Amino acid sequence: MMTRLERELASTDARSLGRDAWEQLCANRMARIGGGLFMGIALLCLIGPFFVPHSHETTQLAYGAQAPSWTHWFGTDELGRDILVRTLIGGRISIGVGFAATMVALLIGVVYGMIAGYYGGRIEAAMMRFVDTLYALPFTIIVILLTVLLGRSILLIFLAIGAVEWLTMARIVRGQTKALRKQTFVDAAIVGGAPTRRILARHILPNLLSPVIVFTTLTIPAVILLESVISFLGLGVQPPTSSWGILINEGAVKLDIYPWMLIFPALFFSLTIFALNFVGDGLRDALDPKSMGES
Amino acid sequence: MYLLILKRLLQAIPTLWVIATATFILMQLTPGGPFDVEKDIPEEVQALINAHYGLDLPRHEQYFRFLEQRLRGDFGPSYKYAGWDVDEIIAQSFPVSLELGLYALLVALTVGTPIGVLAALRHNRPSESVLMGFAMLGICLPAFVLGPILIMVFSMQLGWFNPFGWNTLGDRVLPVVTLGLFYAAYIARLARSGMLDVMRLDYIRTAHAKGLAQKAVVMRHALRTALYPVVAYLGPAVAGLISGSFVVETIFFIPGLGSFFVNSAFNRDSTMVMGTVLFYAVLILFFNLLVDLIQMWMNPRTRHDD
Repeated sequence: MMTRLERELASTDARSLGRDAWEQLCANRMARIGGGLFMGIALLCLIGPFFVPHSHETTQLAYGAQAPSWTHWFGTDELGRDILVRTLIGGRISIGVGFAATMVALLIGVVYGMIAGYYGGRIEAAMMRFVDTLYALPFTIIVILLTVLLGRSILLIFLAIGAVEWLTMARIVRGQTKALRKQTFVDAAIVGGAPTRRILARHILPNLLSPVIVFTTLTIPAVILLESVISFLGLGVQPPTSSWGILINEGAVKLDIYPWMLIFPALFFSLTIFALNFVGDGLRDALDPKSMGES
Repeated sequence: MYLLILKRLLQAIPTLWVIATATFILMQLTPGGPFDVEKDIPEEVQALINAHYGLDLPRHEQYFRFLEQRLRGDFGPSYKYAGWDVDEIIAQSFPVSLELGLYALLVALTVGTPIGVLAALRHNRPSESVLMGFAMLGICLPAFVLGPILIMVFSMQLGWFNPFGWNTLGDRVLPVVTLGLFYAAYIARLARSGMLDVMRLDYIRTAHAKGLAQKAVVMRHALRTALYPVVAYLGPAVAGLISGSFVVETIFFIPGLGSFFVNSAFNRDSTMVMGTVLFYAVLILFFNLLVDLIQMWMNPRTRHDD
């Protein structure tokens, strides 16, 4: 016969952080809606184009811009291209760039922040001074500068965006690592003769997981937004490749005569940002109820 | 106080130097010179043009010339707008952007703050959800989606405003709303959470206990403290407004610095890009200092930080 305390212990200690967070996330209604919505949009962009009997490239000049109809649900642009397919294909690029650039940011930011936070002292001061200097400029300006330097292909755009988005990640990771570095289990590992690389990988990194996951989720919509802004300005992905930024730009130019060219891509784009932000907020509440603050 | 200003100004020097050097290196690395695009230029003419702009000098001489010019506040000639100096273009177009940005900030503060405060005072009531729903909408609608939609509704359908331009006072409305709405929404969220935190504090309970009306408690006691996060956000907001101006000025064809910057990036007009980036850096450092001073004036506790 277990006492009440024992029962409580038995029921709590078996739950890992991940599982606990997952349950909390599922309990959050907005996060659930956001997650479902995003999965739906992503899936639609991924497999949708195979089921639509139009190509995103084939132009039908004679056909021209047509309002939404049963054959073209979202209408066509002035070159006769189907907007539905173009929106879905554009979504692939936008979401793909969003994830790829976030991964670049994640990798650089975590390694950089961990090294700075772990070693401390002059190394940290120099490393963070560099980050602060880059922070003096808005990310959009840095990315525009980089696109001037690198050119305007998709690959380079996501590299450029990844090259600025890691800054915030590095700051967060550095702060956390600094706090962890003072913990006794790190001292124990050092005394035990573990090499630094092992300490970072086995003792520091796992403890960084929750802030890193939360921030990663919030970075993805930020990256998608940044890519779209750059593409909208004509400095990003170049036509005929399309991303949501490009489609919205084309729609904005023609909005007085062909409003559907703007409405549908804009709708998909806004819903995605909206959904991802809710998932990020939900994850933040689930993994990290207090710190990290707003934004 | 003066010490802090001095310290910040001194700190700004290396930052600006790094940015200036970085932009210089980036532009040097950029494949192709600024005059490579023109076709059919005889060799000699090409050489003359390069000599005129100092592009034939060795790299390090170009660099020192570049730094020396910047120190004198001379940003050099624009490569694309022939006959114009970069500082002349900035002097011409920046006031337009400044006006746009200040109006947007003003709208953001005057709309966002009351909404956030009201939402906090109506905590857990339906009106809070309505107000914060509006805020969420503002956050999820980026300028380049909102701007065209506003044009579609208010210019095309209703015919209230011109779809673009920057001539009459009415032309200001749509761009300012497009630029300011996101910040209004964000400030509303900050003001709400600030207000919720403050209303829980002891001194507010004391104010209630001594019989003050709710209005007096909010206006005279809570508001100042509740707005600290909003003031702290003004620094990042200025940086964001600058990035936002690129988009808004492009949508509404406003002849501000933002659209010149985007165009020069598009044309690879390197002196123009470098000059504008440096100018923006100075601007942001200046506004951050200003925000810090406002913060110190409002919140005595921040005065003794380092």
